[in-house]
Amino acid sequence: MPPLLELKNLRVSFPGPRGPVEVVRGVSFDLGRERLGIVGESGSGKSLTGRSILRLLRPPAKVSVDHLRFDGQDLMAMSDRQMRAVRGARISMVMQDPRYSLNPVMTVGAQIAEALRVHERIPRRAVRARVLDMLEKVRIHDPEHVMRLYPHEVSGGMGQRVMIAMMLIPKPDILIADEPTSALDVSVQAQVLDLIEEMIAENGMGLILISHDLDLVARYCDRVLVMNRGEVVEELQAGALHSAQHPYTRGLLESVPRMNETRRFLPVMDRVAGMGT
Amino acid sequence: MSALNIENLFVRYGTKDVVQDVSIRVGQGESYALVGESGSGKSTILRAVVGMASDWRGTIQVDGQPRSAMGQGAFARHCQMVFQDPFASLHPRRTVDATLSEPLRIHGIGDHADRVVEMMRSVGLDPRYRFRFPHQLSGGQRQRVAIARALMLDPKLLLLDEPTSALDVSVQAEILNLLVRLREDRGLTYVLVTHALPVVSFLCDRLGVLHKGGLVEEADVSVLRSGAFQQPYARDLYAASLGAGDRTRRAG
Repeated sequence: MPPLLELKNLRVSFPGPRGPVEVVRGVSFDLGRERLGIVGESGSGKSLTGRSILRLLRPPAKVSVDHLRFDGQDLMAMSDRQMRAVRGARISMVMQDPRYSLNPVMTVGAQIAEALRVHERIPRRAVRARVLDMLEKVRIHDPEHVMRLYPHEVSGGMGQRVMIAMMLIPKPDILIADEPTSALDVSVQAQVLDLIEEMIAENGMGLILISHDLDLVARYCDRVLVMNRGEVVEELQAGALHSAQHPYTRGLLESVPRMNETRRFLPVMDRVAGMGT
Repeated sequence: MSALNIENLFVRYGTKDVVQDVSIRVGQGESYALVGESGSGKSTILRAVVGMASDWRGTIQVDGQPRSAMGQGAFARHCQMVFQDPFASLHPRRTVDATLSEPLRIHGIGDHADRVVEMMRSVGLDPRYRFRFPHQLSGGQRQRVAIARALMLDPKLLLLDEPTSALDVSVQAEILNLLVRLREDRGLTYVLVTHALPVVSFLCDRLGVLHKGGLVEEADVSVLRSGAFQQPYARDLYAASLGAGDRTRRAG
Protein backbone atom coordinates (compact mmCIF):
# COMPACT_ATOMS: atom_id res chain seq x y z
CA MET A 1 0.00 0.00 0.00
CA PRO A 2 1.39 3.42 -0.88
CA PRO A 3 1.95 5.84 1.99
CA LEU A 4 -0.81 8.31 2.86
CA LEU A 5 1.33 11.26 1.88
CA GLU A 6 4.37 11.24 -0.35
CA LEU A 7 6.53 14.31 -0.69
CA LYS A 8 9.52 14.23 -2.97
CA ASN A 9 12.10 16.96 -3.48
CA LEU A 10 10.16 19.99 -2.25
CA ARG A 11 11.80 23.31 -3.07
CA VAL A 12 10.52 26.74 -2.08
CA SER A 13 12.16 29.98 -3.15
CA PHE A 14 11.49 33.67 -2.74
CA PRO A 15 12.77 36.40 -5.04
CA GLY A 16 15.64 38.36 -3.50
CA PRO A 17 17.64 41.38 -4.61
CA ARG A 18 20.32 39.06 -5.99
CA GLY A 19 18.11 36.46 -7.63
CA PRO A 20 15.83 33.87 -6.04
CA VAL A 21 16.69 32.66 -2.54
CA GLU A 22 15.96 29.02 -1.93
CA VAL A 23 14.62 28.52 1.59
CA VAL A 24 13.48 24.90 1.34
CA ARG A 25 16.02 22.83 -0.53
CA GLY A 26 14.88 19.38 -1.50
CA VAL A 27 12.82 18.01 1.36
CA SER A 28 11.38 14.51 0.87
CA PHE A 29 9.44 12.26 3.20
CA ASP A 30 6.62 9.73 3.30
CA LEU A 31 3.94 9.80 5.93
CA GLY A 32 1.70 6.91 6.89
CA ARG A 33 -0.77 6.84 9.74
CA GLU A 34 1.99 7.76 12.13
CA ARG A 35 3.36 10.72 14.02
CA LEU A 36 6.14 12.61 12.31
CA GLY A 37 7.99 15.51 13.92
CA ILE A 38 9.80 18.29 12.07
CA VAL A 39 12.29 20.24 14.19
CA GLY A 40 14.43 23.23 13.37
CA GLU A 41 15.17 26.81 14.33
CA SER A 42 13.55 29.89 12.85
CA GLY A 43 14.32 30.12 9.18
CA SER A 44 14.96 26.41 8.78
CA GLY A 45 11.99 26.03 6.45
CA LYS A 46 9.91 23.77 8.69
CA SER A 47 6.74 25.86 8.60
CA LEU A 48 7.04 26.45 4.86
CA THR A 49 7.22 22.69 4.40
CA GLY A 50 3.96 22.29 6.34
CA ARG A 51 2.26 25.03 4.38
CA SER A 52 3.45 23.72 1.02
CA ILE A 53 1.69 20.43 1.65
CA LEU A 54 -1.62 22.29 1.84
CA ARG A 55 -0.58 24.52 -1.08
CA LEU A 56 -1.05 27.56 1.09
CA LEU A 57 1.95 29.48 -0.24
CA ARG A 58 1.10 32.28 -2.63
CA PRO A 59 3.36 34.23 -4.98
CA PRO A 60 6.03 35.59 -4.71
CA ALA A 61 6.86 32.25 -3.13
CA LYS A 62 7.74 29.66 -5.77
CA VAL A 63 7.09 26.04 -4.93
CA SER A 64 8.40 23.16 -6.98
CA VAL A 65 8.09 19.52 -6.14
CA ASP A 66 8.83 16.26 -7.97
CA HIS A 67 5.70 14.75 -6.58
CA LEU A 68 3.25 15.45 -3.80
CA ARG A 69 0.72 12.67 -3.55
CA PHE A 70 -1.97 12.28 -0.94
CA ASP A 71 -4.06 9.12 -0.79
CA GLY A 72 -3.20 8.31 -4.40
CA GLN A 73 -4.09 11.77 -5.73
CA ASP A 74 -1.65 14.31 -7.05
CA LEU A 75 -2.14 17.45 -4.96
CA MET A 76 -0.12 19.66 -7.30
CA ALA A 77 -2.41 18.83 -10.25
CA MET A 78 -5.59 19.74 -8.40
CA SER A 79 -7.64 22.83 -9.18
CA ASP A 80 -8.23 25.37 -6.42
CA ARG A 81 -11.76 24.05 -5.99
CA GLN A 82 -10.57 20.46 -5.58
CA MET A 83 -7.85 21.65 -3.21
CA ARG A 84 -10.41 23.35 -0.99
CA ALA A 85 -12.18 20.02 -0.63
CA VAL A 86 -8.94 18.51 0.68
CA ARG A 87 -7.99 21.34 3.02
CA GLY A 88 -9.76 21.02 6.31
CA ALA A 89 -11.70 17.90 5.35
CA ARG A 90 -8.80 15.53 4.61
CA ILE A 91 -5.70 17.43 5.76
CA SER A 92 -6.06 20.12 8.38
CA MET A 93 -3.72 22.42 10.24
CA VAL A 94 -3.50 23.80 13.77
CA MET A 95 -1.65 27.11 13.92
CA GLN A 96 0.53 28.55 16.62
CA ASP A 97 -1.51 31.22 18.31
CA PRO A 98 -5.25 30.83 18.93
CA ARG A 99 -5.55 34.57 19.45
CA TYR A 100 -4.76 35.23 15.81
CA SER A 101 -6.21 32.18 14.14
CA LEU A 102 -9.76 32.29 15.54
CA ASN A 103 -12.30 34.70 14.11
CA PRO A 104 -12.83 37.36 16.79
CA VAL A 105 -16.41 38.21 15.78
CA MET A 106 -17.82 34.68 15.68
CA THR A 107 -18.70 32.58 18.70
CA VAL A 108 -16.66 29.49 19.30
CA GLY A 109 -19.65 27.25 18.58
CA ALA A 110 -20.42 28.95 15.27
CA GLN A 111 -16.82 28.59 14.11
CA ILE A 112 -16.65 24.91 14.86
CA ALA A 113 -20.04 24.38 13.19
CA GLU A 114 -18.83 26.24 10.13
CA ALA A 115 -15.84 23.92 9.81
CA LEU A 116 -18.28 21.03 9.67
CA ARG A 117 -20.91 22.59 7.41
CA VAL A 118 -18.43 23.65 4.76
CA HIS A 119 -17.51 20.04 4.12
CA GLU A 120 -20.68 18.08 4.86
CA ARG A 121 -24.37 18.65 4.34
CA ILE A 122 -26.04 17.71 7.58
CA PRO A 123 -29.11 18.97 9.47
CA ARG A 124 -28.68 21.83 11.89
CA ARG A 125 -29.62 19.80 14.94
CA ALA A 126 -27.01 17.18 14.07
CA VAL A 127 -24.40 19.90 13.63
CA ARG A 128 -25.08 21.19 17.11
CA ALA A 129 -24.88 17.71 18.59
CA ARG A 130 -21.56 17.05 16.90
CA VAL A 131 -20.12 20.38 18.01
CA LEU A 132 -21.11 19.66 21.61
CA ASP A 133 -19.69 16.19 21.34
CA MET A 134 -16.43 17.48 19.89
CA LEU A 135 -16.03 20.13 22.58
CA GLU A 136 -16.51 17.45 25.20
CA LYS A 137 -13.89 15.33 23.50
CA VAL A 138 -11.34 18.12 23.72
CA ARG A 139 -12.16 18.22 27.44
CA ILE A 140 -14.06 21.45 27.68
CA HIS A 141 -16.23 21.02 30.70
CA ASP A 142 -19.26 23.14 30.07
CA PRO A 143 -19.63 22.95 26.26
CA GLU A 144 -23.13 24.50 26.25
CA HIS A 145 -21.66 27.61 27.84
CA VAL A 146 -18.36 27.69 25.92
CA MET A 147 -20.15 27.42 22.55
CA ARG A 148 -21.65 30.84 23.12
CA LEU A 149 -18.36 32.53 24.05
CA TYR A 150 -16.24 34.68 21.75
CA PRO A 151 -12.52 33.95 21.33
CA HIS A 152 -11.45 36.83 23.59
CA GLU A 153 -13.49 35.33 26.41
CA VAL A 154 -11.55 32.06 26.52
CA SER A 155 -8.01 31.44 27.79
CA GLY A 156 -5.10 30.55 25.52
CA GLY A 157 -5.23 26.86 26.39
CA MET A 158 -8.97 26.71 25.85
CA GLY A 159 -8.62 28.64 22.58
CA GLN A 160 -6.14 26.07 21.34
CA ARG A 161 -8.51 23.27 22.32
CA VAL A 162 -11.23 25.01 20.35
CA MET A 163 -8.86 25.16 17.37
CA ILE A 164 -8.17 21.45 17.70
CA ALA A 165 -11.89 20.72 17.91
CA MET A 166 -12.45 22.76 14.77
CA MET A 167 -9.69 20.96 12.89
CA LEU A 168 -10.76 17.49 13.94
CA ILE A 169 -14.51 17.75 13.53
CA PRO A 170 -14.47 16.95 9.77
CA LYS A 171 -12.42 13.82 10.67
CA PRO A 172 -9.31 14.54 8.55
CA ASP A 173 -6.70 11.93 7.66
CA ILE A 174 -3.73 14.12 8.42
CA LEU A 175 -3.30 16.84 11.02
CA ILE A 176 -0.47 19.34 10.61
CA ALA A 177 0.27 21.07 13.90
CA ASP A 178 2.60 24.05 13.48
CA GLU A 179 4.01 25.01 16.88
CA PRO A 180 0.66 24.24 18.50
CA THR A 181 1.82 25.02 22.02
CA SER A 182 4.52 27.66 21.83
CA ALA A 183 2.07 30.45 22.71
CA LEU A 184 0.89 28.55 25.79
CA ASP A 185 2.05 28.24 29.38
CA VAL A 186 4.11 25.18 30.29
CA SER A 187 1.35 23.84 32.51
CA VAL A 188 -1.11 23.91 29.60
CA GLN A 189 1.30 22.70 26.90
CA ALA A 190 1.32 19.12 28.09
CA GLN A 191 -2.49 19.01 28.24
CA VAL A 192 -2.86 20.25 24.67
CA LEU A 193 -0.28 17.84 23.31
CA ASP A 194 -1.73 14.91 25.24
CA LEU A 195 -5.08 15.80 23.70
CA ILE A 196 -3.65 15.87 20.17
CA GLU A 197 -1.95 12.54 20.80
CA GLU A 198 -5.17 10.99 22.07
CA MET A 199 -7.24 12.27 19.15
CA ILE A 200 -4.68 11.00 16.67
CA ALA A 201 -4.71 7.55 18.24
CA GLU A 202 -8.50 7.46 18.42
CA ASN A 203 -9.08 8.39 14.78
CA GLY A 204 -6.04 6.57 13.34
CA MET A 205 -4.73 9.73 11.68
CA GLY A 206 -1.33 10.87 10.52
CA LEU A 207 0.29 13.76 12.41
CA ILE A 208 2.98 16.21 11.37
CA LEU A 209 4.15 18.11 14.44
CA ILE A 210 6.30 21.13 13.64
CA SER A 211 8.25 22.66 16.49
CA HIS A 212 11.56 24.16 17.54
CA ASP A 213 11.58 22.04 20.68
CA LEU A 214 13.43 18.77 20.05
CA ASP A 215 12.50 17.15 23.31
CA LEU A 216 8.84 17.92 22.95
CA VAL A 217 8.75 16.52 19.44
CA ALA A 218 10.62 13.41 20.48
CA ARG A 219 8.10 12.81 23.22
CA TYR A 220 5.04 12.97 20.98
CA CYS A 221 6.29 11.53 17.70
CA ASP A 222 7.50 8.22 16.32
CA ARG A 223 9.98 9.72 13.90
CA VAL A 224 11.74 13.10 13.83
CA LEU A 225 13.20 15.05 10.91
CA VAL A 226 15.76 17.69 11.88
CA MET A 227 15.88 20.63 9.48
CA ASN A 228 18.57 23.25 9.10
CA ARG A 229 18.74 25.93 6.42
CA GLY A 230 16.08 24.34 4.26
CA GLU A 231 17.41 20.80 4.31
CA VAL A 232 16.66 17.71 6.32
CA VAL A 233 19.99 17.06 8.03
CA GLU A 234 19.00 13.99 10.01
CA GLU A 235 16.15 11.58 10.47
CA LEU A 236 15.81 9.93 13.85
CA GLN A 237 13.60 7.47 15.62
CA ALA A 238 12.13 9.38 18.56
CA GLY A 239 13.63 6.99 21.12
CA ALA A 240 17.09 7.41 19.63
CA LEU A 241 17.12 11.19 19.84
CA HIS A 242 20.04 11.32 22.19
CA SER A 243 22.18 9.16 20.00
CA ALA A 244 21.89 11.76 17.21
CA GLN A 245 24.98 11.92 15.01
CA HIS A 246 24.70 15.12 13.03
CA PRO A 247 26.63 18.04 14.57
CA TYR A 248 23.68 20.37 14.12
CA THR A 249 21.31 18.07 16.01
CA ARG A 250 23.91 17.54 18.73
CA GLY A 251 24.41 21.30 18.97
CA LEU A 252 20.68 21.87 19.37
CA LEU A 253 20.44 19.26 22.11
CA GLU A 254 23.45 20.55 24.00
CA SER A 255 22.48 24.21 23.92
CA VAL A 256 19.29 23.72 25.92
CA PRO A 257 19.62 24.40 29.65
CA ARG A 258 18.56 21.46 31.78
CA MET A 259 16.58 21.38 34.96
CA ASN A 260 19.57 20.18 36.98
CA GLU A 261 22.01 22.47 35.24
CA THR A 262 25.58 22.61 36.51
CA ARG A 263 27.46 23.76 33.42
CA ARG A 264 28.96 27.22 33.81
CA PHE A 265 28.53 28.05 30.14
CA LEU A 266 26.30 26.49 27.51
CA PRO A 267 27.91 25.22 24.33
CA VAL A 268 27.04 27.37 21.34
CA MET A 269 27.05 26.51 17.68
CA ASP A 270 29.62 27.72 15.20
CA ARG A 271 27.75 29.86 12.78
CA VAL A 272 28.44 29.69 9.12
CA ALA A 273 29.09 33.07 7.54
CA GLY A 274 25.90 34.87 6.66
CA MET A 275 23.70 33.40 9.34
CA GLY A 276 25.43 34.95 12.36
CA THR A 277 23.62 36.16 15.43
CA MET B 1 21.88 45.90 52.87
CA SER B 2 19.95 44.14 50.14
CA ALA B 3 19.99 45.21 46.49
CA LEU B 4 16.24 44.99 46.25
CA ASN B 5 13.88 44.71 49.17
CA ILE B 6 10.17 44.33 48.57
CA GLU B 7 7.80 44.08 51.53
CA ASN B 8 4.07 43.48 51.50
CA LEU B 9 3.73 44.67 47.94
CA PHE B 10 0.27 44.99 46.41
CA VAL B 11 -0.06 46.14 42.79
CA ARG B 12 -3.42 47.12 41.42
CA TYR B 13 -4.61 47.18 37.80
CA GLY B 14 -7.99 48.89 37.72
CA THR B 15 -9.86 47.65 40.77
CA LYS B 16 -8.07 44.33 41.11
CA ASP B 17 -4.92 43.57 43.07
CA VAL B 18 -2.86 41.49 40.63
CA VAL B 19 0.01 41.20 43.08
CA GLN B 20 -0.95 40.44 46.65
CA ASP B 21 1.27 40.78 49.67
CA VAL B 22 4.56 39.75 48.08
CA SER B 23 7.79 40.14 50.05
CA ILE B 24 11.15 39.30 48.55
CA ARG B 25 14.70 40.28 49.40
CA VAL B 26 17.49 40.07 46.85
CA GLY B 27 21.06 40.34 48.14
CA GLN B 28 23.92 42.27 46.51
CA GLY B 29 25.33 40.32 43.59
CA GLU B 30 22.63 37.70 43.80
CA SER B 31 20.67 36.35 40.85
CA TYR B 32 17.05 35.86 41.80
CA ALA B 33 14.25 34.44 39.65
CA LEU B 34 10.51 35.00 39.79
CA VAL B 35 8.70 32.13 38.11
CA GLY B 36 5.05 31.39 37.43
CA GLU B 37 2.45 31.06 34.71
CA SER B 38 1.14 33.97 32.69
CA GLY B 39 -1.07 36.10 34.87
CA SER B 40 0.78 35.17 38.06
CA GLY B 41 1.99 38.77 38.49
CA LYS B 42 5.69 38.12 37.98
CA SER B 43 6.23 40.81 35.34
CA THR B 44 3.98 43.20 37.24
CA ILE B 45 6.37 43.17 40.18
CA LEU B 46 9.21 44.31 37.93
CA ARG B 47 6.96 46.94 36.39
CA ALA B 48 6.17 48.30 39.83
CA VAL B 49 9.87 48.48 40.68
CA VAL B 50 10.76 50.47 37.56
CA GLY B 51 7.67 52.67 37.80
CA MET B 52 5.67 51.34 34.88
CA ALA B 53 2.85 50.24 37.20
CA SER B 54 2.22 53.18 39.47
CA ASP B 55 -0.69 51.96 41.58
CA TRP B 56 1.12 50.01 44.28
CA ARG B 57 1.20 49.84 48.05
CA GLY B 58 3.86 48.44 50.35
CA THR B 59 7.59 48.94 50.45
CA ILE B 60 10.07 48.85 47.60
CA GLN B 61 13.64 49.61 48.60
CA VAL B 62 16.49 49.68 46.15
CA ASP B 63 19.93 49.53 47.71
CA GLY B 64 18.44 50.45 51.10
CA GLN B 65 16.68 53.56 49.81
CA PRO B 66 12.91 53.76 49.40
CA ARG B 67 11.97 53.73 45.71
CA SER B 68 9.92 56.88 46.05
CA ALA B 69 12.90 58.80 47.47
CA MET B 70 15.01 58.12 44.40
CA GLY B 71 14.73 60.53 41.48
CA GLN B 72 14.24 59.20 37.96
CA GLY B 73 17.84 59.94 37.03
CA ALA B 74 19.42 58.34 40.07
CA PHE B 75 17.18 55.32 39.71
CA ALA B 76 18.01 54.92 36.02
CA ARG B 77 21.72 54.97 36.84
CA HIS B 78 21.23 52.27 39.43
CA CYS B 79 18.63 49.96 37.91
CA GLN B 80 17.71 49.05 34.33
CA MET B 81 15.35 46.62 32.68
CA VAL B 82 15.62 44.29 29.67
CA PHE B 83 12.37 43.30 27.99
CA GLN B 84 11.16 40.09 26.46
CA ASP B 85 10.77 40.97 22.85
CA PRO B 86 13.74 42.69 21.20
CA PHE B 87 11.54 43.26 18.14
CA ALA B 88 9.25 45.52 20.14
CA SER B 89 11.61 47.11 22.65
CA LEU B 90 13.99 48.86 20.24
CA HIS B 91 13.05 52.02 18.38
CA PRO B 92 12.68 50.93 14.74
CA ARG B 93 13.98 54.19 13.31
CA ARG B 94 17.05 54.59 15.49
CA THR B 95 20.40 53.06 14.72
CA VAL B 96 22.24 51.00 17.30
CA ASP B 97 24.45 54.03 17.87
CA ALA B 98 21.50 56.34 18.55
CA THR B 99 19.85 53.81 20.85
CA LEU B 100 23.01 53.29 22.87
CA SER B 101 24.07 56.92 23.13
CA GLU B 102 20.66 58.23 24.21
CA PRO B 103 21.11 57.31 27.89
CA LEU B 104 24.55 59.00 27.84
CA ARG B 105 23.08 62.17 26.39
CA ILE B 106 20.23 62.28 28.92
CA HIS B 107 22.63 61.86 31.82
CA GLY B 108 25.18 64.33 30.44
CA ILE B 109 27.94 61.81 29.99
CA GLY B 110 30.43 62.64 27.23
CA ASP B 111 32.65 60.49 25.10
CA HIS B 112 29.75 58.79 23.32
CA ALA B 113 31.63 57.10 20.51
CA ASP B 114 34.19 55.31 22.65
CA ARG B 115 31.64 54.20 25.19
CA VAL B 116 29.25 52.86 22.55
CA VAL B 117 31.97 50.87 20.81
CA GLU B 118 33.31 49.52 24.08
CA MET B 119 29.83 48.44 25.18
CA MET B 120 29.12 46.79 21.84
CA ARG B 121 32.32 44.77 22.22
CA SER B 122 31.45 43.71 25.73
CA VAL B 123 28.05 42.35 24.69
CA GLY B 124 29.61 40.54 21.73
CA LEU B 125 28.38 42.80 18.93
CA ASP B 126 30.81 43.63 16.18
CA PRO B 127 31.27 47.45 16.07
CA ARG B 128 30.56 47.38 12.33
CA TYR B 129 26.87 47.01 13.27
CA ARG B 130 26.96 50.40 14.97
CA PHE B 131 25.04 52.30 12.32
CA ARG B 132 22.49 49.61 11.52
CA PHE B 133 18.79 49.78 12.23
CA PRO B 134 17.02 47.11 14.28
CA HIS B 135 15.40 45.53 11.21
CA GLN B 136 18.88 44.85 9.83
CA LEU B 137 19.77 42.74 12.86
CA SER B 138 18.79 39.20 13.86
CA GLY B 139 16.79 38.48 17.02
CA GLY B 140 19.89 37.58 19.01
CA GLN B 141 21.72 40.71 17.91
CA ARG B 142 18.75 42.84 18.85
CA GLN B 143 18.61 41.34 22.31
CA ARG B 144 22.33 42.13 22.65
CA VAL B 145 21.55 45.74 21.76
CA ALA B 146 18.78 45.80 24.38
CA ILE B 147 21.18 44.45 27.00
CA ALA B 148 23.86 46.94 25.93
CA ARG B 149 21.39 49.80 26.26
CA ALA B 150 20.50 48.65 29.78
CA LEU B 151 24.18 48.59 30.71
CA MET B 152 25.19 51.98 29.24
CA LEU B 153 24.81 53.80 32.56
CA ASP B 154 26.70 51.08 34.41
CA PRO B 155 23.78 50.05 36.67
CA LYS B 156 24.14 47.60 39.53
CA LEU B 157 20.70 46.03 39.39
CA LEU B 158 19.35 44.52 36.17
CA LEU B 159 15.73 43.45 35.83
CA LEU B 160 15.28 40.83 33.11
CA ASP B 161 11.76 40.16 31.88
CA GLU B 162 11.83 36.86 29.92
CA PRO B 163 15.02 37.92 28.12
CA THR B 164 15.32 34.78 26.00
CA SER B 165 11.81 33.45 25.46
CA ALA B 166 11.46 35.08 22.03
CA LEU B 167 14.71 33.50 20.80
CA ASP B 168 15.74 30.20 19.26
CA VAL B 169 17.42 27.67 21.54
CA SER B 170 20.90 28.10 20.13
CA VAL B 171 20.60 31.90 20.32
CA GLN B 172 19.16 31.58 23.81
CA ALA B 173 22.33 29.73 24.82
CA GLU B 174 24.47 32.61 23.54
CA ILE B 175 22.45 35.25 25.39
CA LEU B 176 22.42 33.23 28.62
CA ASN B 177 26.21 32.83 28.42
CA LEU B 178 26.50 36.57 27.87
CA LEU B 179 24.39 37.26 30.96
CA VAL B 180 26.54 34.94 33.07
CA ARG B 181 29.73 36.63 31.89
CA LEU B 182 28.42 40.17 32.34
CA ARG B 183 27.32 39.39 35.86
CA GLU B 184 30.79 38.15 36.76
CA ASP B 185 32.60 41.03 35.06
CA ARG B 186 30.43 43.80 36.42
CA GLY B 187 29.22 42.43 39.72
CA LEU B 188 25.59 42.79 38.67
CA THR B 189 22.52 41.77 40.61
CA TYR B 190 19.83 40.09 38.49
CA VAL B 191 16.13 39.77 39.02
CA LEU B 192 14.88 37.45 36.28
CA VAL B 193 11.26 36.84 35.39
CA THR B 194 10.63 33.67 33.41
CA HIS B 195 8.39 30.69 32.95
CA ALA B 196 11.26 28.45 31.88
CA LEU B 197 12.61 26.65 34.94
CA PRO B 198 15.72 25.23 33.22
CA VAL B 199 16.84 28.82 32.49
CA VAL B 200 16.55 29.55 36.22
CA SER B 201 18.63 26.51 36.98
CA PHE B 202 21.35 27.82 34.69
CA LEU B 203 21.35 31.50 35.62
CA CYS B 204 20.05 31.97 39.16
CA ASP B 205 20.91 31.33 42.80
CA ARG B 206 17.44 31.52 44.29
CA LEU B 207 13.85 31.61 43.04
CA GLY B 208 10.37 32.61 44.14
CA VAL B 209 7.32 30.81 42.78
CA LEU B 210 4.30 33.02 42.13
CA HIS B 211 0.73 31.88 41.68
CA LYS B 212 -2.28 34.13 41.18
CA GLY B 213 -0.42 37.18 42.46
CA GLY B 214 0.90 35.61 45.64
CA LEU B 215 4.33 34.24 46.53
CA VAL B 216 3.86 30.50 47.02
CA GLU B 217 7.36 29.39 47.85
CA GLU B 218 10.93 30.64 47.90
CA ALA B 219 13.72 28.19 47.38
CA ASP B 220 17.39 27.80 46.67
CA VAL B 221 18.28 26.70 43.16
CA SER B 222 19.47 23.35 44.56
CA VAL B 223 15.84 22.66 45.48
CA LEU B 224 14.89 23.35 41.87
CA ARG B 225 17.53 20.97 40.58
CA SER B 226 16.24 18.13 42.72
CA GLY B 227 12.58 19.13 42.45
CA ALA B 228 12.08 18.95 46.21
CA PHE B 229 9.61 21.81 46.54
CA GLN B 230 7.46 22.08 49.67
CA GLN B 231 4.28 23.48 48.18
CA PRO B 232 1.97 21.45 45.91
CA TYR B 233 1.67 24.26 43.35
CA ALA B 234 5.46 24.57 43.01
CA ARG B 235 5.71 20.81 42.57
CA ASP B 236 3.01 20.91 39.85
CA LEU B 237 4.83 23.66 38.00
CA TYR B 238 8.05 21.67 38.23
CA ALA B 239 6.36 18.53 36.92
CA ALA B 240 4.77 20.42 34.03
CA SER B 241 8.14 21.90 33.04
CA LEU B 242 9.72 18.46 33.10
CA GLY B 243 7.05 17.35 30.68
CA ALA B 244 8.39 19.80 28.14
CA GLY B 245 11.88 18.41 28.35
CA ASP B 246 13.43 16.06 30.81
CA ARG B 247 10.82 13.34 30.88
CA THR B 248 12.18 11.63 27.78
CA ARG B 249 15.68 11.91 29.08
CA ARG B 250 14.67 10.00 32.15
CA ALA B 251 12.67 7.40 30.30
CA GLY B 252 15.28 6.91 27.61
